Amino acid sequence: MIQAEALTKRYGDTLAVDDLSFEVRPGRVTGFLGPNGSGKSTTMRMIMGLDHPTAGRTMVNGRRYGDLGYPLREVGALLEAKAVHPGRSAYNHLWCLAQTNGIPRTRVDAVLQLVGLEDVARKRAGTFSLGMGQRLGMAAALLGDPGVLLFDEPVNGLDPEGIRWVRNLLRGLAAEGRTVFVSSHLMSEMALTADHLVVIGRGRLIADMPMAEFVAQSSRQFVRVRAPASTDLAGLLQRAGATVVPEADGALAVSGMAAPAIGEAAAAAGLVLHELSPQSASLEEAFMELTADSVEYRGDVPAGAVPDPTR
Amino acid sequence: MPTATAPATVPTVPPATGRLSPAGVLRSEWTKLRSVRSTVWSLLALAVITVGMGALICAATVSRWSSSGPLERLHFDPTGRSLRGIFLAQLAIGVLGILAVTSEYGTGMIRATLAAVPNRPLVLAAKAAVFGAVALVVSEVVTFAAFLVGQSLLTSPVPHATLGQPGVLRAVAGGGLYLAVLGLLALGLGSIIRHTAGAISTFVAILLILPLLLQAFPASVQTALSKFLPLTIAGSMISVQQTADTFSPWAGFGLLCAYTAAILAVAGVLFVRRDA
Ligand SMILES: Nc1ncnc2c1ncn2[C@@H]1O[C@H](COP(=O)(O)OP(=O)(O)O)[C@@H](O)[C@H]1O
Ligand SMILES: [Mg+2]
Repeated sequence: MIQAEALTKRYGDTLAVDDLSFEVRPGRVTGFLGPNGSGKSTTMRMIMGLDHPTAGRTMVNGRRYGDLGYPLREVGALLEAKAVHPGRSAYNHLWCLAQTNGIPRTRVDAVLQLVGLEDVARKRAGTFSLGMGQRLGMAAALLGDPGVLLFDEPVNGLDPEGIRWVRNLLRGLAAEGRTVFVSSHLMSEMALTADHLVVIGRGRLIADMPMAEFVAQSSRQFVRVRAPASTDLAGLLQRAGATVVPEADGALAVSGMAAPAIGEAAAAAGLVLHELSPQSASLEEAFMELTADSVEYRGDVPAGAVPDPTR
Repeated sequence: MPTATAPATVPTVPPATGRLSPAGVLRSEWTKLRSVRSTVWSLLALAVITVGMGALICAATVSRWSSSGPLERLHFDPTGRSLRGIFLAQLAIGVLGILAVTSEYGTGMIRATLAAVPNRPLVLAAKAAVFGAVALVVSEVVTFAAFLVGQSLLTSPVPHATLGQPGVLRAVAGGGLYLAVLGLLALGLGSIIRHTAGAISTFVAILLILPLLLQAFPASVQTALSKFLPLTIAGSMISVQQTADTFSPWAGFGLLCAYTAAILAVAGVLFVRRDA
């Protein structure tokens, strides 16, 4: 369990995190979503006790990070920056972390095997590829067999196989009942991994809801209709209960009525159609729109909302 | 490469009862220090410089002896002469002390370290203790070696020293103490500055530029201030014969320890306050 309470972080003039409150619960993957620069890494560093909040606080398992008895046995993290000395072997890197928290050597071997680095354990970490470095970071996060795990953009720069591996790992960890908090700036990645979403923009909370709900709210379905007599058609469809918004190029964006029903209504009225195409905004688009200007966000994305006619 | 993962099937960690112990943090810092090559290279450089330079200087002394004047012969200090390599070796120990901290910032390792041990004063203290112990042992071994090699080269008619003579043991041991404490001072600078290049520049400035700057002042100011410089303290610590206008070896050493303690204290306060 991770909690952030009215968390705020200011770097000089930059307000990186702004009055952020949320909870990350065990047993599911919680995605931490936000565009680049929205304050995800900063929030994670504060949870890990690395950066000091300007205001507010974070708790892990109900305690401040600094009050944890053996932190690595409760919390594991893979943060954005590579946290490995290139001249030290993978084994020694893990071993010097293990020693601080009373973790046995057998566990170092075990996590190296778990991430598939056992054959290069004695090689200097500086010789590792990006993917191997990421695996070493994963091994460090899992070292203390912790119940709470944080991953900051863990798939950045990985090949498709590596991405799939990370995804499976995260889902497996959550299935074991652990708290898994993973950040990304890519909605598409989150859609495949997360059960729950905490969305931020410009350091502020935008949404905190189950993935399914977020998808339902965000993926807006509508039908694009073009007709020579578009004014007549718009009136007809509105009387039938649909919401109609004219688009810039003269097309109509119709929601609340399915394409076949629109076609039949037009035929019954003798109106010619030039286009009748169901549309759905992708999750990625929905997310971009949601976070594009976080300041103007009002907190209500009505299901089936009509797209902005100026777009 | 593993495609599926089942963390539950691997050896787990014993139940987490208790707290972080200083012993574990000390062991970890020892692992860190011994597991990178730069440590070995720096210590090797320290040994080669100290012993090698001492030997060169002693050999040169013998070959020049016949042409040296009576005053020079009167003030000749065989012990101090054989330990002169320390003036160069102090740069090697300083770099090692600086790197003990700045390499963690440069690589981001500091974040892993502090996630494992959020108690920052404990981290700094353990780092200083492990580095200080290693630096002390190596520096003492190296200065004694430099002394023995140097004295063996100072052949008749040039006088040489033995450890039994008054003040000699103090001077040789003092050379090692000086290097070790200076290394700790450098470690503190590294922790304050956090960047390798910046910390090394500052360290070199304190050691070598400060004495040059002092030369811009009138002689009376120079004599009054120069005894506070680490370099002057080093000179008195490794010498059997003392000159006027310097602190006594132990007073100088006390002053060096005070500088180091002050720098480490500032480092500790900043370490706790700043973001990692
Ligand atoms: N150490 C720092 N000093 C100054 N500004 C920072 C620092 N870390 C982050 N920032 C700023 O805070 C904001 C949030 O950054 P970050 O947390 O890295 O976002 P994200 O991880 O979501 O991309 C950005 O504007 C970034 O420039
Ligand atoms: Mg980031």
